[in-house]
Amino acid sequence: MSDESKENISKEALWGGGRSPFGVTYGKMMMWFFLVSDALTFGGLLVAYGFSRASSTDPWPIAEQVFRALPGLEGEYPLIYVALMTFILIISSVTMVLAVEAGHRNDRKSVLKWMAWTIIGGAFFLGSQAWEWSHFIHGGGGGFQLAQAVTVEGDDGITYELQAGDMVYMDHHFGHLMEQHLNGNPQVILDAGHGHVSLTDHSDHGHVVELHDLTINKYVAGETHVDGFKMYELWESRSENYTFGANLETSEYAEQQAFSDFFFFITGFHGFHVFSGVVINIIIFFMVLKGTMDKRGHYEMVEKVGLYWHFVDLVWVFVFTFFYLI
Amino acid sequence: MERDDLIVNDSYALNAHHDEAHGKVLRKKIYFVTVLLSVITAIEVGMGVMFKRGDTYTWTAIKWTFLALTLVKAGYIVMSFMHLGEERKNLRNAVVMPYVFFILYLTYIALTEGFANMAIDNLLH
Repeated sequence: MSDESKENISKEALWGGGRSPFGVTYGKMMMWFFLVSDALTFGGLLVAYGFSRASSTDPWPIAEQVFRALPGLEGEYPLIYVALMTFILIISSVTMVLAVEAGHRNDRKSVLKWMAWTIIGGAFFLGSQAWEWSHFIHGGGGGFQLAQAVTVEGDDGITYELQAGDMVYMDHHFGHLMEQHLNGNPQVILDAGHGHVSLTDHSDHGHVVELHDLTINKYVAGETHVDGFKMYELWESRSENYTFGANLETSEYAEQQAFSDFFFFITGFHGFHVFSGVVINIIIFFMVLKGTMDKRGHYEMVEKVGLYWHFVDLVWVFVFTFFYLI
Repeated sequence: MERDDLIVNDSYALNAHHDEAHGKVLRKKIYFVTVLLSVITAIEVGMGVMFKRGDTYTWTAIKWTFLALTLVKAGYIVMSFMHLGEERKNLRNAVVMPYVFFILYLTYIALTEGFANMAIDNLLH
């Protein structure tokens, strides 16, 4: 950074007292030490995730099949939304490093501009995460467990022998109406018989949703659709156990609860870091606006909060790899 | 108490200043890293979407590629964005070395305990 960090200083002089052996201020060194310890927390969480996943006897959900919706679009956009979130965070990291660079030139106007963009990027990321959580909690249509063993042929031509207790999934439109029906909404009427199933919604603008197909292996392997008479057979074999979305007690994505719990904890803990990063960024933004840094003669505070902000991006890089990609 | 946020020693890193010409060079480097990180992320997503996962050698190779690309990304963020590459070597080591050991330790655990677990699994079935 400065001459101090490039200079060749003898060990005796460096550690002899009266100076920083690292060539940085106390505040910046402590920010680094905090980040080193904070990274261990995330490291521990990801290791716990890996351990849980490796020792799981039930199949682990495939992230591409769980996270494939976009706001307003249910369907086949695997990982696109997460990639977008990653991109937003990378860009906000770039605007932060540009703010630090401007600080080194004592260019107050540029620091304010880039910090404002960083705060906006952080807010966008938090909003995206809120949507993703909401979608994860509400689920992609939900499913039910089978009450008895059924043998069906999927649209891929393969015959599947399903056991009692296996999950069968409904599509997005039908599933969400079914959830209302099960919750006792009197305006949603279920009509099933003679090989066809439909739900009629009698509220404001009444409409009928037909059940066209059911899905097996939705999140754990290449999903298979079942339609026609076999679909009706699956429907008739359903038990009373429905699951819609996920929370801390149940999950439509997997047999084991660990997947959803780790999703909530890891992305939640990271999201909390992003949130506090945005708050600290806003505080520093107003300090710069007030001219505090100009009075001090340097913008090191921007550099310190920048370190924290980059760290948040760094953690997301690892979460992205271990939770979404692998 | 002496305040370290005030400049008392001109040679300290908090006095890191540069002029507009040098800033231009630095910004060019920042834009290069931006493009690199974005391209790597795009490649990762593309690979994740394109290839079916399973117990195939292809998927194992892809997983190792993900790990390698992640470390490349992490390296650029820490060394370039967080300026650790420009700090004194002793600070750099104080930050990076714990993680070198952490990763070596995790690799050891995965290779010994992980495979031991699988061996027991095979015995049971």
